[in-house]
Amino acid sequence: MKKFKEKLSGRIFFILALSTISALVLITIFIFVEGMPLIAEVGLFNFIFGMVWSPSQGHFGIFPMIVGTVSVTFGAALIGIPVGICCSIFMAEFAPARMRSIFRPAIQLLAGIPSVVYGFWGLIYIVPIIRDRLGGPGLSVLAGSVILAIMILPTIISISEVSIMALPRHYKEGALALGMTHWQTIWRVQLPAAKSGIVAGVILGIGRAVGETMVVIMVLGNAVALPESILDPVRTLTTNIGIEMGYAAGKHQQALFATGIVLFILIMILNITAQIITRRKSK
Amino acid sequence: MAGSRKNNSRKTKIETKSINLYYGNHHALADITVKIPARAITAIIGPSGCGKSSFLRLFNRMNDLIPGVRVEGDALLDNFSIYGKNADVVNLRKKIGMVFQKPNVFPMSIYENLVIGPKSHGIKDKSLLNGIAERCLTQVALWDELKDMLKKPATEISAGQQQRLCIARALAVDPEVILMDESCSALDPVSTMKIEELMLELAKDYTIIIVTHNMEQAMRVSDMSAFMMIDQDGVGGLVEYSRTSDMFSNPKDKRTEDYITGRFG
Repeated sequence: MKKFKEKLSGRIFFILALSTISALVLITIFIFVEGMPLIAEVGLFNFIFGMVWSPSQGHFGIFPMIVGTVSVTFGAALIGIPVGICCSIFMAEFAPARMRSIFRPAIQLLAGIPSVVYGFWGLIYIVPIIRDRLGGPGLSVLAGSVILAIMILPTIISISEVSIMALPRHYKEGALALGMTHWQTIWRVQLPAAKSGIVAGVILGIGRAVGETMVVIMVLGNAVALPESILDPVRTLTTNIGIEMGYAAGKHQQALFATGIVLFILIMILNITAQIITRRKSK
Repeated sequence: MAGSRKNNSRKTKIETKSINLYYGNHHALADITVKIPARAITAIIGPSGCGKSSFLRLFNRMNDLIPGVRVEGDALLDNFSIYGKNADVVNLRKKIGMVFQKPNVFPMSIYENLVIGPKSHGIKDKSLLNGIAERCLTQVALWDELKDMLKKPATEISAGQQQRLCIARALAVDPEVILMDESCSALDPVSTMKIEELMLELAKDYTIIIVTHNMEQAMRVSDMSAFMMIDQDGVGGLVEYSRTSDMFSNPKDKRTEDYITGRFG
């Protein structure tokens, strides 16, 4: 009887576990089935490198959106990575235990703020500042980059901090015993040793920036055009789907799914890279 | 026996003056006063938990890393205060190198491990660094074994080789004193023997202080021995400090005799 119960509960857990994986498989199949016919019709090259997005006229080029995603993500990384890594170094190496116990939950809280709130805040504060001080419409690559940078900070900080804290204590002791200063110890021994964890955190953060939708709809301006400066509005892959899905039908809808495929593959590549890097570390 | 070497006229390298160590409210070491001779090997022995490692770490101020640590009294290196107001910890640790219990090579190449110290102290010249790397590996008799694989990760060589690399890494910053905290306890007998030979060789030029659990090791390599114990309040202290040959043939304190004859510990 006991054995039967064990077996049964094992089965139940297996089925539940299977259902999560099958959700992934189903969604993947679904977007590919919906989106692939359009890519086949338009041609992969024309779809990815086409400059004109005009579904009613039958033009399905998403290159401006790819540039939009890449530029906003790059901007967010440029601001977020140095700030995030410095913050994690501070938390792991300099902050007294009591300060750390305040900082850490505060940073976690930053991850818990709904993205629509970030977007709203950006629209009300960041966008006008950029418009008044730097010119342009304010709705811009810069506005999106600043807000996304803040949004990816918790990911970068917590993963980097954990990987610095997880380093064996004897690395630090060994370096200090050689007469290295605390800063040299961090820079020359601890950061290189924690490199893979930090890189993984950065990649996951970037993945979050690439996938973020609500904020970018609100502050990017959503113009389908190649930006000439960081003060120009752009549209990202996610925004494209988010804005148009409400009224799209037929080929237009297929084209949005096709946009989803590109996004999906992009994020998959980022996540798999992060996993490979962390796995290599544990060997 | 190493203790038979002439050490009458040896000058004092390190000296502690009734030094006390506290971890928060816990009095860990009480009133230790010793004079450690230059260019000799001094062994710190005693049962587990008696504060041998804490005592050793007083010399290069490694205890500073632990929050709540407090030191009273002073230690002197060549008559300069280690705990005085003007003491420069970074410079102190350049002069007093340390080898740890487990080999702690950094996760980088063998070459990088060797030159990271000198580089941190401002040496940039490539040929100079290469020279240091070769000299130090030669000193620990690893040059022939490793010279063709300097670019390989240091974590890939054997534990015994790693520990000798750690000694070489410490030598690369030109220390005057080398502290060894049970540096053979994680190694096999052959590696242990090699490191002991190396200690005897290095003692010609360096002042070496070791912590060891191994009585035979203390007898084999050390000139001086310090026997430590904790009292009933858990405070560590020095029981007896003398020439190794004297301590093991004719211990003055009953507790020392009990310990070295294996009655406890």
